[in-house]
Amino acid sequence: MGEVKERIALTEAVYYILLSLFEPLHGYGIMQNAQSLSHGRVNLAAGTLYGALNTLMEKGYIKALPGESNTRKKEYVITATGKEIVMQEIERLRELVKNGEDVLRRNER
Amino acid sequence: MTVTKYKVYFAWDYEKEEAWLNEMSNKGYQLVHVGLFKYVFEVDHSKRYIYRLELLDQLPSHPSSVDYMKFLEETGVECVSTILRWAYFRKEAGENGFELYSDIASRIKHYKRIQLLFIAVTPVNVMSIINMGNIYSRTHSLSALIATILVVIIVLMLATGLYRVSMQIAKLSHDKLFRE
Repeated sequence: MGEVKERIALTEAVYYILLSLFEPLHGYGIMQNAQSLSHGRVNLAAGTLYGALNTLMEKGYIKALPGESNTRKKEYVITATGKEIVMQEIERLRELVKNGEDVLRRNER
Repeated sequence: MTVTKYKVYFAWDYEKEEAWLNEMSNKGYQLVHVGLFKYVFEVDHSKRYIYRLELLDQLPSHPSSVDYMKFLEETGVECVSTILRWAYFRKEAGENGFELYSDIASRIKHYKRIQLLFIAVTPVNVMSIINMGNIYSRTHSLSALIATILVVIIVLMLATGLYRVSMQIAKLSHDKLFRE
């Protein structure tokens, strides 16, 4: 597992795409999964999803699974690097929430 | 039964064109083909679609466009018609609506593509003004004058389009500073 040097904040779309791809899924499956994970809040539009999938493949965070034939829908799955990115992001989000709650708590008194 | 309508929409007004097509769909007129200023509708009151227009990165026959349109199709989006690089997509109206983009960055990218299209055709038109103007100054013929005026009008319209698209990009870029 290579070290992930980039310290970045993921977009919500990218975050939910990566979460969805711990199991192999095709495009429409990702859209449905992102929606159910977010309890209906996140609606990924197909054009945005297509662009994000290509970028994530270029970066090596996800990969396309070899399809049996051209007629089958293309499936994608997260890579080891992608999983590291997700773990980093969760850590970052945890820090965000903690810092926010600390400030709120201090101001309550 | 099909109905044909003729209407002029400029590239920078593609969102107005979308609104019109969606209104037509609401009334039972479902767009099935697009030509130059020509819209062919199928009369079907049982369905209601949401139409979206997109300026593709490449011509529709290019492998990258084919791949993109296949992807959209797999999500339930149908490409009704294409004209040059413009694609007319539709999806049956449901509770989630239908948008091609759900983030600001993709929307900016699309506007920039349109902006580039305007910029690309501007030099040709400016050259035409100079040529037509030269012909008129030498011959003083009425047709050269009319041609010059027409090209000037086209360039002014292009400039308006370019201005509007640039304003949209500026507004979205500003939004992007504090939200996705």
